[in-house]
Amino acid sequence: MLKFENVSKRYLETGEVLRDVSFHLRRGELAFLTGHSGAGKSTLLKLIGVMERCSKGQIFLDGENLSHAKEKHIPYLRRKMGFIYQDYKLLQDRTVFDNVALPLVIAGYGHHEITRKVRAVLDKVGLTGKEKKFPLALSGGEQQRVGIARAVVNKPPIIIADEPTGNLDPELSAEIMRLFENYQQVGVTVLIASHDITLITKMNRRVLKLDHGQLVAS
Amino acid sequence: MNKNPNKRRQQTRDIKTPKYAKPAKSENRQNSEAGGGVADKLNAWRDLHAHALFSSLGRLVASPFSSVMTIAVLAIAISLASGFYLVLVNFQQLTNHLETSTQISLFLKEEVSDIRASKLLESIKNNPKVQQATLISKEQALEEFKTYSGFGSAVSALKTNPLPIVIQVLPKNSLTDKNELEALQHEFQQNEGVDQAQLDMQWLARLQSIIAVGERAAGLLNLMLGLAVVFITANTIRLELHSRREEVIIAKLVGATHAFIRRPFLYAGAWIGFISGIVAWFIVTVMMLILRSPVETLSSLYGGHFHLLFFGFVETIKLIALSTALGVIGSWAVLVYQLQRTKPE
Repeated sequence: MLKFENVSKRYLETGEVLRDVSFHLRRGELAFLTGHSGAGKSTLLKLIGVMERCSKGQIFLDGENLSHAKEKHIPYLRRKMGFIYQDYKLLQDRTVFDNVALPLVIAGYGHHEITRKVRAVLDKVGLTGKEKKFPLALSGGEQQRVGIARAVVNKPPIIIADEPTGNLDPELSAEIMRLFENYQQVGVTVLIASHDITLITKMNRRVLKLDHGQLVAS
Repeated sequence: MNKNPNKRRQQTRDIKTPKYAKPAKSENRQNSEAGGGVADKLNAWRDLHAHALFSSLGRLVASPFSSVMTIAVLAIAISLASGFYLVLVNFQQLTNHLETSTQISLFLKEEVSDIRASKLLESIKNNPKVQQATLISKEQALEEFKTYSGFGSAVSALKTNPLPIVIQVLPKNSLTDKNELEALQHEFQQNEGVDQAQLDMQWLARLQSIIAVGERAAGLLNLMLGLAVVFITANTIRLELHSRREEVIIAKLVGATHAFIRRPFLYAGAWIGFISGIVAWFIVTVMMLILRSPVETLSSLYGGHFHLLFFGFVETIKLIALSTALGVIGSWAVLVYQLQRTKPE
């Protein structure tokens, strides 16, 4: 599903951030990406979302080569990935419904199709009845679930979460993790960047560990 | 799937329409797996454009102060440009009118008596190139001058009449060539009673060349003002884009194409240009209304039938279409440049 082949990323200012990283996430696999801050976690995620391009090596998503993707093709690649962020990145002036509907609207779905899909996904993440609320009226855990609903509403084959539980207490974190496990069970590939060691140990899943830009365990 | 779309719509009416809209065009990659028929997607496309159209207007209304400022500046620029155009059109009307009345004025010498003048008139009337000739005596000329010049009382104070006898010659209509007219003028000039033979075409030609200069200058000026409109709109859209930066980035992150992000901003530019065009039309029309009465007084003083021209229907449509187009061009230019630079972090 997601394959890194000898990927390096060098910035002019900070030098090499990722060095010769190779791994392969299979379809329906759930893995953690961990490492100390500055180890290159966020750079690796940016390479997956094609917000940055790698300096060396190649990245494949679902058989497509991200490193050679044309600028015009990037939006369509991003529709195959569900990104989840620590700060949720929700639009504060839109309702929960509108926030979750955004990827569907962008993909050109019709009105009733959007309503059906958004209701179904809000049901699944446990936000039934909150569709008309604004994000600021929700708790942190609920906002993160809106973020997850937006990421999965278009049924992407891969979910990439960047510190999804960073702002949540352990109980809420466990709930969010259960959601990810649900998606993994239906064949979605999930990659979670986190430095919450207790959570990672408890989950007992594959761990990709970065240290100074190099993959030390996978 | 769409057996009963109306019923479905009914059921979903309580849900707010999504704020974003997006056309199906060229983005079928994901759509192929989406449910809903072609009609549903067309509806989606139409809804999204309608939404962009009205939400961009809503945003202008939501910040009335800055919108009014922008539109005022644009409307003044557009009204300057279109006002110049209208003034030129009116001047052209004036020269068209004058062109049909080419005449030669013969100012006779001081010592020429009335009797000699009427003999001269007769000989001129017999000239095959002349259609009509009229004699204006010294007294008639003075009367006319008193009435129309506004110097009536000053003229009355004069002891002797300083005005010469004038013979106004209207050449045959067939005589339109400038050289022929000048030959005729030259012929009259040779007559020893004639002090000066003046072909009115000379000042007409001068007026025409002044208008030609005016046209060129107005063209350049309009070009500059058009560019100003483009830049002002571009800057307004740039500020709008800046204040909605987060929204743009999030849309990019969930796979929005540049075309999708541009749409509401392009509509905003179109609205700004459209409204400015209408306001400019009102400014120019009010200015022409204010000018109308003095212009018509002036025209009647010259015994003319000059009527001030306003914007016609087609010209009004052109004016508004052009300013809308300039608004779109301005927004387009800044969006192409700025969206490349607005990258998610």
